[in-house]
Amino acid sequence: MARAARENVLWLLLSAALLFYFVDDPRTTLDNVKDGLANGTIWALIALGYTLVYGIIGLINFAHGEVFMIGSFVAVSLWQTTGVGEQTAIPVVALSIGAYLVVAMVASGTLNVMIERVAYRPLRNAPKLAPLITAIGMSFILQNVGLLWRGSPDSPPDLLRSQQVVFEVLDVGVVRSDLFVVAVTVPLLFALVWFVGSTRYGKAMRATAQDPDAARLMGIDVDRTISLTFLLGGLLAGAAGLIYALYNLTIQFNQGFTAGLIAFTAAVMGGIGNLKGAVLGGLIIGVVQQVSDARIGPEWTPAVVFSILILVMVFRPQGLLGEETREG
Amino acid sequence: MSEPRGMRKRVWIVGLLALALAYPRLLPALLGDLTGNDLLDASINTLAFVVMALGLNIVVGFAGLLDLGYVAFFAIGAFVMGWLGSGHFYDANFHLLVSEVSERVPGIHVNFVLIVLVAAAFTAVWGAILGAPTLRLRGDYLAIVTLAFGEIVPRVFENSTSGLFGIGSVDFSNGRQGITPIDKPYFPGLDEISRLDLEPFYYIALAMVLVTLFVNVRLRDSRIGRAWIAVREDQVAAAAMGVDLVRTKLWAYALGAALGGFAGAFFGTYKNTVNVDQFEFGFSVFILCMVILGGMGNIWGVILGAVALSMMDRFVLRALNGVPETLGLDFDLTAINFGIFGFFLVVMMVLRPEGFIPSRRRKLELHHGELVHDEPLAGVRL
Repeated sequence: MARAARENVLWLLLSAALLFYFVDDPRTTLDNVKDGLANGTIWALIALGYTLVYGIIGLINFAHGEVFMIGSFVAVSLWQTTGVGEQTAIPVVALSIGAYLVVAMVASGTLNVMIERVAYRPLRNAPKLAPLITAIGMSFILQNVGLLWRGSPDSPPDLLRSQQVVFEVLDVGVVRSDLFVVAVTVPLLFALVWFVGSTRYGKAMRATAQDPDAARLMGIDVDRTISLTFLLGGLLAGAAGLIYALYNLTIQFNQGFTAGLIAFTAAVMGGIGNLKGAVLGGLIIGVVQQVSDARIGPEWTPAVVFSILILVMVFRPQGLLGEETREG
Repeated sequence: MSEPRGMRKRVWIVGLLALALAYPRLLPALLGDLTGNDLLDASINTLAFVVMALGLNIVVGFAGLLDLGYVAFFAIGAFVMGWLGSGHFYDANFHLLVSEVSERVPGIHVNFVLIVLVAAAFTAVWGAILGAPTLRLRGDYLAIVTLAFGEIVPRVFENSTSGLFGIGSVDFSNGRQGITPIDKPYFPGLDEISRLDLEPFYYIALAMVLVTLFVNVRLRDSRIGRAWIAVREDQVAAAAMGVDLVRTKLWAYALGAALGGFAGAFFGTYKNTVNVDQFEFGFSVFILCMVILGGMGNIWGVILGAVALSMMDRFVLRALNGVPETLGLDFDLTAINFGIFGFFLVVMMVLRPEGFIPSRRRKLELHHGELVHDEPLAGVRL
């Protein structure tokens, strides 16, 4: 019991804090929770990429945040070059969002597969430290690619008229961008769960995650399955990139580093390797950030998130949903 | 090299030392004043980086604990310098063994040498405090927790402009502006140093490198040094052989951190400012690159790695800055320095994961029947 209590103390503390803030000021807190959930779905999409890759080869793909950033850049560049803006007719805008979502996803997915091919596959049998270090290397390379691409922060056109309130629940205005995030993310999440859970490829991924050698003996092409995993992670990161750009209306070359760390925290929080855990973790971190921004102060939010990361890793490394991790 | 092995080695060391001592005089003579001064500035930075890399080498190279948050100790050391050697706490009036000019300025002004020692001791304590939660973790989890600390510490400094966590009202950091100016080093009996003359800074940095080198070599060959290597190789076996894991790891963190604070304090006074913008994740990785490229665990390899990377960053890239423009490309090489380091990291890990030096040194050492010290990366089990 003592052990269980210690492991759950963090969740109790977080819930208690939320409850305290709710009683103190229900409206603001609900508003924060709403914003947090919308932001959290973006983190969830990125966190899934971490969790998929960690689940299958036990590697923290440090470059994943940068893959997400490149997705943002691709989408925003497409809008800028094709001249789609706030004045464009609504059907065209909708079409462009759909089309560029696909392009951004494919771009990030391909990039992630290429990173695996160049930086991780040659080190498949090396000590675990080696691919972690190349991952950091790739992350820096891509960050500088982003820097050369767009040296200063940029804003995509506000295609959604994002701040327009659509409806209100309990005095909390749900704006268009909130709905957009949910509308794009939820189908993607279901598609992923279906893919991993119900297709042959998904089965191959799970088998490889459990035991690569046995999977190989069963006739599974392990290298291809790993590439597929990176592709899936990249696709989600690309989608997150586009959503992030339209939701936050600002992009910059170092957004990937912070987003990556936040999403990684989310993945660990939910139990790394666990898909549902990553989504749950993303949502929790999203809410924590918003509440912290509003109540503790935005300058402390990174420290709050990282402190949670440390507490989870030290006291509950298996994560919220209790999935066994591959540690050490 | 606890004992210089043979005459040849001794000659090499004396030669290198003589070269290092004559270096600041040779530069202007060989390269002219302007380039010579640039190169001297780069070299002073390099020496400080060597101290840092040797400190990180204790944690990563000797003890095999991958630390991605080393910048935290740079930050702490630098801030100790800022607190004890500037006019930041202008209400206080405390002067200890400082020059006549500093005597007349309000604030806390303590002699440079004392501050550096205090900084090293203070960061050592913090190294142990921040290391303590990670003791149970291994491998990439350890790396992430240290990274998180590396991100938290600068934020704490940055936000502590009015008390710590809102307690009290002392301004610890002056926020984003940082603490500036910082006192120059001063030695009683000697003339005041001018910031325009880099030579004294060079000799101070060189002395710090020599102290660090001595400490590192002695530690490596000591009981605790062998314990680190045992923990790195196989933690369970080491514990079974009676190595106290907690003590051993905490000492690695504390001593590694102490050297980071030692160099951090010097950077504070050399750059004349202590500013949170200096303390980024990239800095931790930069130092880690030095350790890995040179050859983890190998003192000479790490020094080589630090010199190569730091000189590239501070001098070569700046000297080549015009190249992209002549090729018709519109960017600065210095802006993408971390991309270039990242590229080296990837290439190095794929092609030669053991770093520049270990294998060659091992060949040399075979003749001396000594193989133990410099296990390549493959020896680090996570």
